[in-house]
Amino acid sequence: MVATPATRARRRQAWRYLLPMLAVLAAVAGWPLARTLWFALTDARLDTTGGYHLVGLDNFAYLAADRDWWIAVRNTLVFTAASVLLETLLGLVIALTLNARMRGRGLLRAAMLIPWAIPTVVSAQMWGWMLHDQFGVINALLLATGLIAEPQAWTADPNLALGAVIAVDVWKTTPFMALLLLAALQMLPPQLYEAGRVDGLGPLGAFRHITLPLIRPALMVAVIFRSLDAMRVFDLMYVLTGNSRASASMSIYAREQLIDFQDLGYGSAAATGLFTAVAAVTALLIIAGRVRLAAAPDRAA
Amino acid sequence: MAAPPSLRPIARRIRRLAGRLLFALLVAAIVTYTVFPFYWAIVASLKSGNELFSASLLPADPGWENYRAIFRDRPFARSILNSLLVATATVAVSLALAAAAAFALGRITFRGRGALLLAILAVSMFPQIAILAGLFELIRALGLYNNLLALVFSHLTFTLPFAVWVLTGFMREMPTALEEAAMIDGATPFVVLTRIFLPLLAPALVTTGLLTFIVSWNEFLFALTFTLTDDKRTVPVAIALITGASRFELPWGQIMAASVTVTLPLIALVLVFQRRIIAGLAAGAVKG
Amino acid sequence: MRLLSVLTVLLIAATPLGTSRAARLALACGSVGIEATLCRQSAEAWARQTGNTVDLVSTPSGSSARLALLQQLLAARSADIDVFQIDIVWPGMLAAHLLDLAGRVPPARLDATFPALVAANTVAGRLVALPWFTSAGLLYYRRDLLAKYHRPVPQTWAALQDTAAAIMQAERQAGTPRIWGYVFQARAYEGLTANALEWLDSHAAGRIVSADGRITVANPKAEAALAQAAAWVGTIAPKGVLNYAEEEARGVFQTGDAVFMRNWPYAWPLLNAPDSPVRGRVGIAMLPRGSDGGHHSATLGGEGLAISRYTNHPDEAASLLLHLTRRAAQKQRAIAAGFNPTLPDLYLDPDVLAANPFYRDLAATFANAVARPSVVTGPRYNQVSAEFWNAVHSVLAGRATAEDALARLDRTLHRVSRGEKW
Repeated sequence: MVATPATRARRRQAWRYLLPMLAVLAAVAGWPLARTLWFALTDARLDTTGGYHLVGLDNFAYLAADRDWWIAVRNTLVFTAASVLLETLLGLVIALTLNARMRGRGLLRAAMLIPWAIPTVVSAQMWGWMLHDQFGVINALLLATGLIAEPQAWTADPNLALGAVIAVDVWKTTPFMALLLLAALQMLPPQLYEAGRVDGLGPLGAFRHITLPLIRPALMVAVIFRSLDAMRVFDLMYVLTGNSRASASMSIYAREQLIDFQDLGYGSAAATGLFTAVAAVTALLIIAGRVRLAAAPDRAA
Repeated sequence: MAAPPSLRPIARRIRRLAGRLLFALLVAAIVTYTVFPFYWAIVASLKSGNELFSASLLPADPGWENYRAIFRDRPFARSILNSLLVATATVAVSLALAAAAAFALGRITFRGRGALLLAILAVSMFPQIAILAGLFELIRALGLYNNLLALVFSHLTFTLPFAVWVLTGFMREMPTALEEAAMIDGATPFVVLTRIFLPLLAPALVTTGLLTFIVSWNEFLFALTFTLTDDKRTVPVAIALITGASRFELPWGQIMAASVTVTLPLIALVLVFQRRIIAGLAAGAVKG
Repeated sequence: MRLLSVLTVLLIAATPLGTSRAARLALACGSVGIEATLCRQSAEAWARQTGNTVDLVSTPSGSSARLALLQQLLAARSADIDVFQIDIVWPGMLAAHLLDLAGRVPPARLDATFPALVAANTVAGRLVALPWFTSAGLLYYRRDLLAKYHRPVPQTWAALQDTAAAIMQAERQAGTPRIWGYVFQARAYEGLTANALEWLDSHAAGRIVSADGRITVANPKAEAALAQAAAWVGTIAPKGVLNYAEEEARGVFQTGDAVFMRNWPYAWPLLNAPDSPVRGRVGIAMLPRGSDGGHHSATLGGEGLAISRYTNHPDEAASLLLHLTRRAAQKQRAIAAGFNPTLPDLYLDPDVLAANPFYRDLAATFANAVARPSVVTGPRYNQVSAEFWNAVHSVLAGRATAEDALARLDRTLHRVSRGEKW
C-alpha cells in the first residue's frame, strides 16, 4: 500500500487513540512484570530485608529438575484442555439456545449468568460443601437416584479431584463463553440466513456455513481468554483441594514458593515458567485458529 | 436427504416436533445446571445450626437470622458500596480507554499493529500472583495502600487487555461503508468513533462492560492484599473474612446469605441491561 | 468523563483523613464472634484507661492467608498494624520483623507461663511474642458408644483401630450405615503436619527435625507410624478424610457419624452446644500412644501476641499487649470462650474448671504438648512443613510407601536446610 499523506495522518491519529491505554497498561502491568522477570534471575527472598545476588539461570535449572513442577504442568494442561473444550461446546449450545426467539429469554439469560456472578472464593467453598463426601448434596442425590453405590470422596480422591475441579470450572465460566458468543450471534445480519434458506441450507447447514465462520473471530477471542485464565487456575483448586501436590496447578506451585516459602527468586522463576507456557499455548491457538492480528477491517460486511 | 419427495413434509414435521422437545429439554437442563447451586445457597442461607449438615432440599425451619447477622455484625453494606464503586470505576476507565484503542487497532492499518495486540495479550498472560509483589511496591510508593483507587488501578491489569481485545474484534467487523460515507461528509475520526461506531457497538459494549464489571466485582487476591481495614473491604474479601465464633468454625449459613445478597444485584443488573442489549440489536439492524 | 470524575471524587471521599495522632494503635486479633468481642472489649478497656485509641483490623480466617498478609506488610516495613496475633509456629518466620519483648514483660509473668510456650516464642534469644492461649491435639470419643459396647478409652493406636473397627461394624449392622470409626485432619495443609507429628512422636520416632537441627524424620519407627495411619484411610476413616480440615472432621463427628475424632479443644463447646446431636455424649482423652516404647503425645498449638518492629508507639503497644494477655483476661477468655490459658495455675482455678471440667485431667497434656520444629528451622519452617505434609499425604493416599516417601523427604529436607545448617 502506498502511504498517501491522508493515510499517514490516519496512522498518527491511531497512536493518539492508543496512547492513553498503553500508558496505563505500562504503569499497572509493565513495571510489576519487569520486576518479576528480574527477580527470577536472583536469589531474593521476600522476608529478608537484606540484599540479593544475581544467580543467572539457576532458578530455571532447578525448576526444570523438580518433579512436582512437572506434575503441576501436566495438571494445568489437562485442566485447561478439558475445561476450555467443554466450556466452548456448552457455551455455544447455550448461546444458540438463548439466541432463539422464545418467551422468558431475559430471565433465562440472567439465570445463566448466576454462576459467573458468584465470587469464585464463595462458589468454590459452596461446591466444596456440595461435594463433601459425608453430607454433600451431590452424593445424596446420586445415591438417591442409584447412580453411585457408595459416597464418593470427590475432592480427596486424586483420581476424582481433577475431574471435580473441571466440573466446577465449567459450571462457573461457561456463562462467560455463552455471553460473548451471544453478543457475536446477535450482531449477525438476519439476511444471511434468509439467503441460506433460499439456497436450501438446513439448520445444521446454516450453522456450519454461515454462523460458525462469522462468529469465529469472537469464538477465538473467547477461547484464547478462557485458556489464558484456565492456565492460571488458582482459587478453585486452592479451596477445593488445598495445597496437595498431586492435584496442584502451576499457579498453586508458584504461589507456594512465592508466598508460603517467601522465595521471591524461585517463585518468580516459576511464575515466568507459567507465563512462558501460557504464551506458548496462546501462540498455538492463534496459529491454529488463524486469528487475524493485522488484517484490514472486514470489507465483506 | 434421500427421502422421496412425498414423505418430506411429514418427516420435516416429525423432525421439528422432536427438535422442539429436545430444545425444551435442553433449556431445562441448562437452567438446572446453572441455577441449582444457587438454589442450594439460598436453602443453606435459610438453615441454621446443625440443619446445615443435612442434605434436605428444603429448609425445615427457614429463618432470616443469617441475613440479619451479616448486616448487624459486620459492615457488609459498606463492602457492597465499595465493590460497586470499584467495579463501576474499573468498567468506566476500561471501556473508555479500550474503545479508543480498539478504534485505532480495528480500523486503522499501521505497522506493528499485530505485535501490539500480542503485547497487550501478553500482559494478561502473567499470573496474578507474579505481579503481586511488584504491584504492592508500586501502590505503596503512590501512597494508595488501603485505598479503593488501588483496586481500580490493579483491576485494570486484567480488565483492560480483555476489553481491548474484545472491542477490537467487534470494531473490525463494522462495515467500512459507514465510515467512508461519514468521512466524505467531513466527519473527524472522533465523530466517527463516538457517533457511528459506539452506538452500533452497544451490544458489545454492554457485554464487555458487564463481564468486566463482574470480573472486578469478584476479584479477590488484589482486594485482599491492597486493603487492610473493614471500611475498605470489597464483597469477596468481606465474605471470605466471615469467620465463626471460634477460629476454625465456618458459619456456612452466613456465608451463603452474603453470597445470595451480593448475587441478586448482579442478576438485576443483567435484567436491566437486557433492554440495552436489545436496543443495541435494533440499532445494529439498521446497518444493512 | 463526567461519570469518571464523579467516581474519582467518591473514591477519594471514601478514604479517611490520614491523621496520625500520638497513640493510635492498630490491633489484629479475632475477626468476629466471641473471640472478636472479647478482644474488642479488652482493648477498649485499655484505651479508656490510658487515653489512647485502638483500631481493630480484621484478618483472613485461613491461617496461611493471614501469615501471607503479615509477611507482606512486615516486608514492606509497614506500621499499618502495631500489635497482632500470631500462630505458635510463626515466630521463627517473622522474628526479624518483631520487637524483642524481653525487657518489656515482667519476669514473673514469664516464670508463670508454660515453659514450652515461652520456648516456642523465643528465637535466637529474643522473645518475639507473648503466649495468649494454648492448644493441643485431643482425642474426642463417643462415651455412649464406648459404654454400649463395653470398650475402654483406647490407650494405644492399635487399640483405637480395633475399637473403632468393632463399633463401626456393629453400628452399621444396627442401622447407622454412615458411621465411621475415626476422623482426623489429613488435608494437605499445616493441620496434617500437626496430626502426623503426633503419630511420629507417640511412636518415639522423633519430631521431624531435632532441636539441634538434625533431620531425623526417616527412621523405621516413623515408617511404621505412617504405615499404620495409612491403613486407617478407607477402613475406619472415610477416604474423604484426605481432604478434611478441622471443620470437616467436626461436621462428621458432630452429626454422630464417627466414633472417634482428633481435634483441638475448640470443638468442645461446639459439640456441647444446645442444638448439637451429640451433646452430652462426648468424652475427651489424651491421644493414644505407639504400642511399644511409645508415649502419649499432643502437638502444641495456640497463639501469641507480637509487636511490629516498625511500630511508632512501642511503649503503648507493649502496654496493650500486657493488658490483653494479663491473668484476669486469660481467665475470662477461658470461662467465656474456652481459650486455654497459658498460665498453669489457672487450670486449678475453680471458676475455670467449672466451665471446662476436662482441664482437670488434661492439664498435663497442655503442659507437655510437643512443639513443631518451627524455631530451629526458622524462616524455612513453612517449606519443611509443606514437604512433610505432602510426603505424609502421598503415603495416606496410597501413592507412595512410607519408606520411599520418607527417604525422599529426607533428601529434600537436606537440600532445603543446606546440609542441616538451616
